[in-house]
Amino acid sequence: MTLGNLLSGPPSIVAAGVDVFSDALRAQGAAVSDVDWRPPGFGDPADLAALALDARRAAANRTAVERVLAAGSVLVDVRPAREVIGLADRTLLHSGPPLTWEAASGPMRGALIGACLFEGWAADVEEAEILLSTGAVTLDPCHHHRTVGPMAGVTSPSMWMWCLEDPVGGGQAFCNLNEGLGKVLRMGAFNEEVQARLRWMRDVLGPVLSQAVRGSIDAGNDPLDVKAVLAQMLQMGDEGHNRNRAGSLMTLRELSPLVVATDAPSSDIAAVLRFIGGNEHFFLNLGMPTAKLAMDAARGVPGSTMVTVMARNGTDFGIRTAGTGDRWFTAPANTPVGLFLGDYGPDDANPDIGDSTIMETYGIGGFAMAAAPAIVRFVGGTVPDALATTERMYQLTLTENPAMAIPIMGFRGSPTGIDVLKVARTGWLPQINTGMAGRIAGTGQVGAGLVQPPQQCFEQALAALAEEVRTV
Amino acid sequence: MSPSAPSGGDPAVSVQLRSGVYADSVKLMQVSRRIGARDGVWAVLVAMATPLNLELAVGMGLAPDGESSPEQLLIAVRAEDDDALAAALADVDAALAERERSTGTADAVPHRTVGAGLDDLSHETPALAIVSVPGAYAAAEAADAIAAGRSVLVFSDGVPVEQEVALKRAAHQAGVLVMGPDCGTAIVSGVALGFANVIRPGPVGLVAASGTGAQQVSCLLDMAGVGVSHVLGVGGRDLSEAVGGLATLDALAALDADPATERVLLVSKPPAPSVAAAVTSFAEGLGVPVRSAALSPESPDLTAAVEALLTDLGFDVPVWPSRPGPAEAVVPGAVLKGLYSGGTLADEAMLLASPVLGGIRSNTPLEPGLGFVVDPSAPDLSASGHLVIDFGDDALTVGRAHPMIDPTLRLEAIAGLAASDEPAVLLLDVVLGYGADPDPAGALAPALQAARAQKQLPVVIALIGTESDPQGWSRQADALAAAGAAVFSSNAAATRYALDLLGASA
Repeated sequence: MTLGNLLSGPPSIVAAGVDVFSDALRAQGAAVSDVDWRPPGFGDPADLAALALDARRAAANRTAVERVLAAGSVLVDVRPAREVIGLADRTLLHSGPPLTWEAASGPMRGALIGACLFEGWAADVEEAEILLSTGAVTLDPCHHHRTVGPMAGVTSPSMWMWCLEDPVGGGQAFCNLNEGLGKVLRMGAFNEEVQARLRWMRDVLGPVLSQAVRGSIDAGNDPLDVKAVLAQMLQMGDEGHNRNRAGSLMTLRELSPLVVATDAPSSDIAAVLRFIGGNEHFFLNLGMPTAKLAMDAARGVPGSTMVTVMARNGTDFGIRTAGTGDRWFTAPANTPVGLFLGDYGPDDANPDIGDSTIMETYGIGGFAMAAAPAIVRFVGGTVPDALATTERMYQLTLTENPAMAIPIMGFRGSPTGIDVLKVARTGWLPQINTGMAGRIAGTGQVGAGLVQPPQQCFEQALAALAEEVRTV
Repeated sequence: MSPSAPSGGDPAVSVQLRSGVYADSVKLMQVSRRIGARDGVWAVLVAMATPLNLELAVGMGLAPDGESSPEQLLIAVRAEDDDALAAALADVDAALAERERSTGTADAVPHRTVGAGLDDLSHETPALAIVSVPGAYAAAEAADAIAAGRSVLVFSDGVPVEQEVALKRAAHQAGVLVMGPDCGTAIVSGVALGFANVIRPGPVGLVAASGTGAQQVSCLLDMAGVGVSHVLGVGGRDLSEAVGGLATLDALAALDADPATERVLLVSKPPAPSVAAAVTSFAEGLGVPVRSAALSPESPDLTAAVEALLTDLGFDVPVWPSRPGPAEAVVPGAVLKGLYSGGTLADEAMLLASPVLGGIRSNTPLEPGLGFVVDPSAPDLSASGHLVIDFGDDALTVGRAHPMIDPTLRLEAIAGLAASDEPAVLLLDVVLGYGADPDPAGALAPALQAARAQKQLPVVIALIGTESDPQGWSRQADALAAAGAAVFSSNAAATRYALDLLGASA
């Protein structure tokens, strides 16, 4: 036993606790670095110790996060939700943890109403509200269907979905098509402008994209490697959540020849290309299922303290961990802080909403803030703030994702695999970049900014993980 | 630029479109927020004139007149009067002109955990974590070190024994060492950790389940000109049944593999017999010779163990440094009052004195029936009879520093003994080295002088340290001798001298 070279020469010391030891060591000329230790942000000390000492933890977390790193993501199809996930009539998917109509926030209600109108289940808003409030329409989280949806995430049977596959683990994940910015269903708007766009997406955009994607694959071409786009956009100033400009343009570049090769009328082709080119967030709905594929690969690893889902429904924030299966740990969502469109202000913002926090769960978005310094200005921050945010996130996570390199960090991989135990010990919560929906149904987007999950989600997860340790 | 005139009366409104000016949307949202926060400004929109933004402007009642294009900058402000409007528009220009000055350098993000701290070290660098956080939180920090393939010294006390066992099992699997919990002393390749002395490098490796025991042994080895390779503390509970010597065995194996270590000395308080047997049997299988200096009624003397080791090594046993006390008459009926800061040194004194004096009462007694409770708020040791107190015991360090740092409690006890009628011989330890009081004689010598002025009170001191210690053995010894104390570098020798003064002999 050589104790890892310990006795081979004067050791460097890493000290956590009282300063007097470090001072004495420095007086001897020893190399000492002090840990800025402080009592954990939350968690019963016995729970923290039980998890820290769980003999399964290190291997389980390695397994979980290696599955995340290994997962790939290719675009294999575009199909309606009805066909893809067997979404039944009078069923709507929504973002975040489970939700009732009674508990739903303004933008979520707006999006649900809008989807009822779009599907023709209701002729007007009142009818839609009756359907939704009487339980005539079933609500179910996207995450329960291998699906993610930005903001309200409302997905109805007739909406077309990106169909992504993980060629490594064989998993599948789905997401609807991005509508653009402003008055859009996912932000809670449902007026005729929104309806008209949704109909066009159903009748033109979806079929054209479907033919383009399938036609290319049927012709023997490789499917679009979405993970590779995600990796490249981090080199180009995007962080994959609030900023998707480069990713959207690259997607346009990849899809354009395929779209042009379809047999759609040239006016439709032009409209499709104009729509994609005019939407800076078009890629978000491809990035999210890519992250979902990776995080789903790590589901169900007993003993792992890694977070597999963070998602919000506009009322509650929910998380899941690899070690606790499909159980949700939920608490009331915080409201983002940031910049507002027009004369909207903080009072207009709805609490945090959307499945797009799958990006942070995967280690980009707010975690890769350093890759997108433009984002930090949403809260009046600076470039050093962006770098510091990513530096902090390294201390919450299990590993670095070499596929998602951040140039300004010396091409260090993005901080990946949120560890509930590390969140508790550092007292730092995950950093999320997000859009903001208006709190009144029908408003649409009011701004964008930064937010953190409620600590209670992590408190509950920690207690449940510790409880599980005691039962093995 | 095509400014529209303010629309007269209240409120004042300005809607402008500027060409050839571009700023990104984040910058413009920041400008809007800054202007919107001004007193007297009711509404503001500074944005590129995209269809979405024009729609917002219409919604705010601030639509521009005539044609516009998305390349134009829209500046629309509604204020309570013309002055507020003019000031707001001037501020728009100022805000647009401002440049961010920050550079692309992160402010240092502190490491919050041992794991994060160790992440930055190269794997070739020998490294050790030291954990002195509250005991309830120590396991997680120590587990970080083990997971990183690093050994860890856990100074914290109050770590539950089952957590100690789990840590030591994990460390064994990972091929690293957990020193502690409650490990106060270690020396690794000359780096003194916690309470440790400045010891010359040498061929003897110590494995120590006892802090002050290791200090006594290492100081004597230094005084004999031999020195130590490493002192690996393992924590006071390591040789208990519950822990089973997990760290002791790993430390022995590590010293066996260490080229700088030729002999090993195992220092501890009395171990659990089954564990002692297992350790002995393990040591016999090693290449490096291992000698035990575990205290027991049969082997009560750390100095004797050091002397035997010196003989093993072919070294002469030196005359251990001392300062004779004044010639003092033996007081008839005097009792032994031992006031210790080191638990192992207190044990050694009791083991040596008990066969001569009979049962000695203590707050850390050799037998349960001899217990003596010390009130930390008013330490009264005037109860009759022989007494040895360990002021470093956990019950007496709650809310105050260890007596090696803070002498207050022991000085109070000495003053109390001076005021009592019972004739006594005072036996003390003074421990030097890193972490200890920078000048223990500075407070103790005057206290002893005052006590001895009050009554006839012979004082015998075991001064544990080396010449190279920051306090210097001789400087401290001279100061204490000048106060009338007899000073010894060996605790065993000091104890025997006290017994002589009592008219008893071991």
